[in-house]
Amino acid sequence: MVEPKASRGGALHPLAELTRVRMLEFLREPEAVFWVFVFPVLLALALGIAFRESGATSYRVGVTDPAIADRLAGAAGLTVMTMEPAPALEALGRGRLDIVVEAAPGESPLPQFVFRFDPARPEGRSARLAVDDALQRAYGRKDLVEHRDEPTAERGSRYIDFLIPGLIGLNLMGSGMWGIGFSIVVARTRGLLKRFAATPMRRPHYLVSYALSRLLFLVLEVAAIVGFGWLIFGVAVRGPLLALLAVAIGGGLSFAALGLLVAARSRTIESVSGWMNLIMLPMWLLSGSFFSYERFPEAFWPAIRLLPLTAVNDALRAVFRGEALLGGALPELAVLAVWGLVSFAIAVRRFRWH
Amino acid sequence: MHGTENGRTVAARCVGLVKRYPGVVAVDGLDLEVRRGECFGLLGPNGAGKTTTVEILEGLNTPDDGVVEVLGQRWGTRDDRLLRERIGIQLQETQLADKLTVAETVRLFRSFYRHGRPVDEVIALVSLDEKRSARVGKLSGGQKQRLALACALVSAPELMFLDEPTTGLDPQARRHVWDVVESFRQGGGTVILTTHYMEEAARLCDRLAIVDHGRRIALGTPAELVASLGADQILELHAGGELDPDRLGTLPGVAGVSARNGGWMVRVRDVGAALPAVLGELERAGAPLEQLTTHQATLEDVFVHLTGRGLRDG
Repeated sequence: MVEPKASRGGALHPLAELTRVRMLEFLREPEAVFWVFVFPVLLALALGIAFRESGATSYRVGVTDPAIADRLAGAAGLTVMTMEPAPALEALGRGRLDIVVEAAPGESPLPQFVFRFDPARPEGRSARLAVDDALQRAYGRKDLVEHRDEPTAERGSRYIDFLIPGLIGLNLMGSGMWGIGFSIVVARTRGLLKRFAATPMRRPHYLVSYALSRLLFLVLEVAAIVGFGWLIFGVAVRGPLLALLAVAIGGGLSFAALGLLVAARSRTIESVSGWMNLIMLPMWLLSGSFFSYERFPEAFWPAIRLLPLTAVNDALRAVFRGEALLGGALPELAVLAVWGLVSFAIAVRRFRWH
Repeated sequence: MHGTENGRTVAARCVGLVKRYPGVVAVDGLDLEVRRGECFGLLGPNGAGKTTTVEILEGLNTPDDGVVEVLGQRWGTRDDRLLRERIGIQLQETQLADKLTVAETVRLFRSFYRHGRPVDEVIALVSLDEKRSARVGKLSGGQKQRLALACALVSAPELMFLDEPTTGLDPQARRHVWDVVESFRQGGGTVILTTHYMEEAARLCDRLAIVDHGRRIALGTPAELVASLGADQILELHAGGELDPDRLGTLPGVAGVSARNGGWMVRVRDVGAALPAVLGELERAGAPLEQLTTHQATLEDVFVHLTGRGLRDG
């Protein structure tokens, strides 16, 4: 029997309609839009400001004697404050001063000082060197060698450069898993999945529509964070944008599949939320979004690198650094592909329509 | 299509249908045959197995035993999707997406079917034209239910399943739903409907099966079922003392009697003869009359007569 061409009475192909409806529902949920688009940008702004590193660092020096302040007056890179000893030590303890300099007259014919600083803090050690240098010069030391400074502003090594790819990774994970897992379980609790199952809708279309709407939004999410980092902090993507897109799509689909898996059987919002948190919280900590996982013992690294968020973060950073995609990020993309395909295969088999 | 004799005259049938859940037999050997063009009702209290039966007919649930045939076809073949093209379904307690509009929802459902009605036509059919751009979340209960009907009607189905279509609706919204169902019937459509409202069954259904504990306990047109009581009036009375049901049941004009809610339900052929006789019997028994009402016999009385319980007693 020849089926006449279907007209669908003013509707598009079911896959297009399902995807369209997914996107409309998302855009009409202001909270979801906030978490996906606004929150990461606010987070980047807050962390970028809190951890900013101004190019010319100035050390905060507390002195207990105005005479010392006079000696240090012309020195570059020092912000000198004259204070009483007690408040000076308190400020040092709270990290508001990097070093405290006191005069300590003694038997030596040379002027004598005490440097109080915390050698565990890099700022303390650097401030000590700078203050020592400034005092020696102020008392007439002659340089024995000459040098010329040639600062290379090594972009890409600041905290914000580390953070932006991590935030993109976190966002891909959060919106992929919540965006999909949550809406599927809501549809199940409302009896909508069962209602769809009662139509001739091809079931894979329903699941694929989630992936498609994710892909469309993912481009916007990534663009929002990348654009923000570039405009406000000058974080540049040195690799090709296509490579960035490829990694984002790989990560986005992988997390979408994971979200689908978590939502495959859950009948309540509570249970799906519990599973989501169980899966995502360890990755928040371990996968190097806010700080490098290399701070964990080296023995753990191989396991941490198998986590999907680690793979996304590492691959994104490789692209930001401009490393060749196919050389730099191939193992990560492979990790994402395995997570995505295995999760999707299990999710489709276990998916509960009632 | 499978051109069987049954396929042309029978819209759906099941034989010996059984569905067990842990600790309960939801459907216990049910036989039904629904003819094309009729509205067939499953009437029974909550938990009678109506929804389970309908979901098995809809191919959403699988029976443990028995045979099911819908539009001449069985479920579980490669042609399931073709069968789904030909039926329309309204499920009990489906909450359509709140954030979508009426038109978006109908359009989505329309896209699942190869053939059917244009979106606007279906919206007009359920009188939601003015609400076509309204969000589903803002609709009243009756409007939501009509939208559910629209989603069942988009494919211009041959057979429509309605599971408790008016539960929780006010009388006016209920009539509105009935109008939609009746206009579908006028177009030649077959309807299988579950309800625990006898008014709804009486108004919409050509034939009814009364179902209790997963079994069919009566079958017929609403008029036949009421006639099976052998009486057209029901006299309900409560008295302050012991009454002998055998004596009550043999009084002039009385067709039968059964206990009901601590009182008596007397089926009456002739009120003029029965009423004085019943009052005389109360006096004889020394049981003072506390309450007495009479009404036209209904399907509810049929159910009470058959089970000793009311449809909404649970």
